[in-house]
Amino acid sequence: MIEVSHLTKEYGPFTAVDDISFELVPGEILGFLGPNGAGKSTTMKMLTGFLRPSAGTVRIWGCDMWKDSLTAQSRIGYLPEGAPAWEEMTPLGFLNFVGEARGVVAGRDLESSVSRAVSIMSLESVLHQKIETLSKGFKRRVGLAQAILHDPDVLILDEPTDGLDPNQKHQVREMIKGLSKDKIVIVSTHILEEVTAVCSRVMVLSEGRIVSDTTPAELLEKSDYHGAVAISLSDESKADEIVATLGQLVGVREVMTDGQQLVVFPVTDDGRLFPEVFELTQKSHWPVDSVHVEKGRLDEVFRRLTEGADR
Amino acid sequence: MKLNVVVKRELQSYFATPIAYVFIVVFLVLSSVFTFYLGNFFERQQADLIPFFSFHPWLYLFLVPAISMRLWSEERKTGTLELLMTLPLSRRDIVLGKFLAAWIFAGLSLLLTFPIWITVNYLGDPDNGVIFASYIGSWLMAGGFLAIGSCMSALTRSQVIAFVLCGFVSLVFVMAGFPMVLDAFKGWMPMLFVDMIAGLSFLTHFSAVSRGVLSLQDFLYFMSVIAVWLTATSIVLDMKKGD
Repeated sequence: MIEVSHLTKEYGPFTAVDDISFELVPGEILGFLGPNGAGKSTTMKMLTGFLRPSAGTVRIWGCDMWKDSLTAQSRIGYLPEGAPAWEEMTPLGFLNFVGEARGVVAGRDLESSVSRAVSIMSLESVLHQKIETLSKGFKRRVGLAQAILHDPDVLILDEPTDGLDPNQKHQVREMIKGLSKDKIVIVSTHILEEVTAVCSRVMVLSEGRIVSDTTPAELLEKSDYHGAVAISLSDESKADEIVATLGQLVGVREVMTDGQQLVVFPVTDDGRLFPEVFELTQKSHWPVDSVHVEKGRLDEVFRRLTEGADR
Repeated sequence: MKLNVVVKRELQSYFATPIAYVFIVVFLVLSSVFTFYLGNFFERQQADLIPFFSFHPWLYLFLVPAISMRLWSEERKTGTLELLMTLPLSRRDIVLGKFLAAWIFAGLSLLLTFPIWITVNYLGDPDNGVIFASYIGSWLMAGGFLAIGSCMSALTRSQVIAFVLCGFVSLVFVMAGFPMVLDAFKGWMPMLFVDMIAGLSFLTHFSAVSRGVLSLQDFLYFMSVIAVWLTATSIVLDMKKGD
């Protein structure tokens, strides 16, 4: 498990990470969300032992990152931001080096670890090309292969899907989800859907502080849109009339329109609004394409939680 | 102890790019030019390699920074430093490993000057013990230059700045025994310190070596120069890696 306590990083008067504490147990997939400069990468750099914290400790299975960094680091697989690699090497040479540096014994162990990582990341076709000649997507996958090479207990990935096409993104998410249940994964991302698609826990950082630490579902519940009923009209002409009728329903707080899209917000989120609205659309023969209950909108929650950070 | 893993990767990197080949060719051409034209190898009519070795400090002055400038600057710039330092490798293995690879590479370039050794043996009857000692001494001095370069490279992301800094600091070390450096200290420093500065000169230590006298004192001198600058490299890396 990972125990992070009172982790702080100061650069002169600027505090990049401000007194962060949390614990992670095997099986958890943690998503770090936050605007640029919120401290996601700095936190990851301290978790992996690259940067020394100004204060606080990181323990990996009880092993202090600064007192016994080699033992702690050997349990971690890390993809730094931008997936750096020695460009003059081939992916095969690169993976062999990382394997040896991680203490995978040269010989059959190393060979099987490398070929496992290569097949998970589908790198067979580029194994002998220089990394500098590879596309951005392949470079990222080489970086990911390096991180999972030694089947680590902890996988820390800084923006793993950045620069990948939709198919590759899907592949990487499946890879993360497919890791066995005794691993800990920490992923940072800008992509909000990724969090609901992959993570079991979300931490929103803003100005170096944790502003929310919860599950993706609970994060969605914080949204104004959670429990609202969205109606998609096939014909805009009747929109005004429909809005007026819906507005008179007892449980309705507000109706928002955007062309053919209507959103009906309930006074209290008790699930009774949808049947009521649905029945009304049927009875009144409105030109309706679809009616559904909103789960919530992450971008709206994200903006609310981190508001002010950009100013 | 994964020193050899780091050394192996570094050495492979030298030869995966044109850097190694360009360096070796330029080094061989320049060392020959210096020996035959400036050193008057033939005109001296003596079977020794003093004209060859005596130019090495000046040759290293601008060739060694060309190897050492990329040691850390490039890693910082491309982000591989972060990767390297989060692998379970000790700081000592990383700093020493990168240095050793560069030193081995410099040694290899030096070995490839063997035709001049064959030439002098063909032309006359030199003292090969002296030549061997001079080779070792020259290699030790290259290590001193490289260790300075390693520290300068750790200071900055820019390879150009690393090159210039390394050239400058190396020049100070080479010239430490010269009046132009010593005069700057003579007026206000006790004589003891001025003598100490003079004692730090690469040239003072190398001039004995180039005549084939490799004393324990000179050996220890170059080894301590290397140790001090590599320690400094490690400290600088710690201070600057977050930038």
